[in-house]
Amino acid sequence: MAAIIRQNSNRPALPDFRNLGTVLRILVAVNLGAAVVALARAPQASAAFGEWVEATGVVEPYLLLVLAVLWAASPWLIRMRFGMGAAVIALVTVIAGRVIFGAMDALAPLPPGTLLRWLLFGLIAVAFLLFYFHLRARALSPAITEARLQALQARIRPHFLFNSINAVLSLIRSNPKRAETALEDMADLFRVLMRDNRDLTPLEDEVLLCRQYLELEQLRLGDRLTVDWNVKSMPGDALVPPLMLQPLLENAVYHGIEPSSTPGTVSINLFLSRGEVHAILKNPYRATGGSHHSGNKMALANVRERLALHFDAEASLESRVTKDSYEVHIRIPYRTEVTSSATGAPTVTGPMPDPEDDRSGEANVRLAMPGVAGG
Amino acid sequence: MADSPLRVLVVDDEAPARRRLRELLDDCAAALPLAIIGEAQHGREALDLLQNAPADLVLTDIHMPDMDGVELARHLLKLPHPPVVIFTTAFHEHAVQAFEVNAIDYLMKPIRMQRLLSALHKVPRLKPVSVEKLAQLPATARRFLSVTERSRVVLVPLEDVVYLKAELKYITIRTSQREYLLEESLTKLETEFGARFVRVHRNCLAARDHIRGFERRVNDDGDAHWEVLLAGVTETLPVSRRQQFVVRDMGRETAA
Repeated sequence: MAAIIRQNSNRPALPDFRNLGTVLRILVAVNLGAAVVALARAPQASAAFGEWVEATGVVEPYLLLVLAVLWAASPWLIRMRFGMGAAVIALVTVIAGRVIFGAMDALAPLPPGTLLRWLLFGLIAVAFLLFYFHLRARALSPAITEARLQALQARIRPHFLFNSINAVLSLIRSNPKRAETALEDMADLFRVLMRDNRDLTPLEDEVLLCRQYLELEQLRLGDRLTVDWNVKSMPGDALVPPLMLQPLLENAVYHGIEPSSTPGTVSINLFLSRGEVHAILKNPYRATGGSHHSGNKMALANVRERLALHFDAEASLESRVTKDSYEVHIRIPYRTEVTSSATGAPTVTGPMPDPEDDRSGEANVRLAMPGVAGG
Repeated sequence: MADSPLRVLVVDDEAPARRRLRELLDDCAAALPLAIIGEAQHGREALDLLQNAPADLVLTDIHMPDMDGVELARHLLKLPHPPVVIFTTAFHEHAVQAFEVNAIDYLMKPIRMQRLLSALHKVPRLKPVSVEKLAQLPATARRFLSVTERSRVVLVPLEDVVYLKAELKYITIRTSQREYLLEESLTKLETEFGARFVRVHRNCLAARDHIRGFERRVNDDGDAHWEVLLAGVTETLPVSRRQQFVVRDMGRETAA
């Protein structure tokens, strides 16, 4: 487990070029810039479209080349000081420009001065974007983001605490050993619930916590609750927001198991697929739940927002209701190392070297983006 | 009463909670003669048990599947000798305020032996809580209607009810099997189960799920009116002039 690197809040930071959100923002900004330039260069309005087509023909390969190089260099860039990193990015921009225009010139000679003009455009774009990401990082400064994360710390239902204490009390006379285990589980669970939960934790820790939590629920609910764990191909070292799964399992038990006297199954499926960690939680759906069903949205919104603060656009949480089941599907990038990112939030990045466990047939939502090579 | 032991029924959906309460009651037995007549996992089971084995006190959890504690307390009032009900609950939320306001007895889980004992001592002086007070509690809508037949409480699941018709003092509950007589007010039933039933006539609520359609009928005088066609029963119900809009609204729903 890599040590957690806290970002110094006032120093400007380079964006994370492997972050989907960053890449998207760069693509949009540069293309907008190119469109503006094309419009300005056009002698009359009717020629603007032609200019724009011509400009994108140059901008697109240039931009994608630069992004690809930065994507590859990201692990090194992220460790550099801001000034040094900015210089490297500028250098990459100039060299990539030379390569692209060298190739174009070889195909069809370009008018003199073209190279210089486009290099200038590239460097201005770099300066503008670095400034933009710096501002954005400041706006989403760690102080603010961490305050939001702290406010979002998952809260356990008091209902669960008191029922669990009651369950443990019931064991003390008849089964003291079981009571001991239950108290130990409770201690672990509440230690996590009460600690500072802003830093990411390995998935295996979260899974252990969930097992302890479900042990306690099983104590109360007995045969009514069956848990189906499917974690053989789970990447245990993947970093996840703490309490990413536990509140959702609490929901699953509260809404799916408790309102019915017939036994039900909560299933947990964790796996790695194409560089992404997937978590699929399923519980029986009881249509006639009455007031028992309110308050479900809160835990979902809470987890969703924490995912966004940690992973930006790279993570998603979707929920789905079928006739008799309720399903939550979480997708996060598979990262094992903590760094800082453009958002300023303590997010994660790092190499993705592990052999991919490709489980075709599993629901798998991916955004196809030009210039973003698959993990 | 003073000499005979206090008969107690324990109702909770969680086995450990029932076991704990049993242990505490055993502890109390030294100070106060009592007998645990049984345990039930939810309200419906409790009601079944009480039909054959009367109790003086029912200690019931509030949140339970099938039938919660508040609904159980309402149905228990129809027994010839309704027991006293004391609720047990694990959390202190606004729900508990309603108990305070209405002076309805409850115990917080985990329950202390001393608290339980003083509650038990009070029981002979307590009267069952009235329907009006129970209705004040924030509970989910009842899942059953209950009627008394030959001093037994019969539960009619709401989903079986085809229509409710007010007749003089009583309300007739019609299921596809038979009819029951209920002593309640149609207006109150309409407010409680508004989503499930639709008023088709001043004296009649029809279950939405059982409405198959509407039919236009002309009587001998040449007056036309609508009749509701219902699933599970052969008779139809007239729609009053004032409730004509129901035909239009429901017709649109079924067409959609």
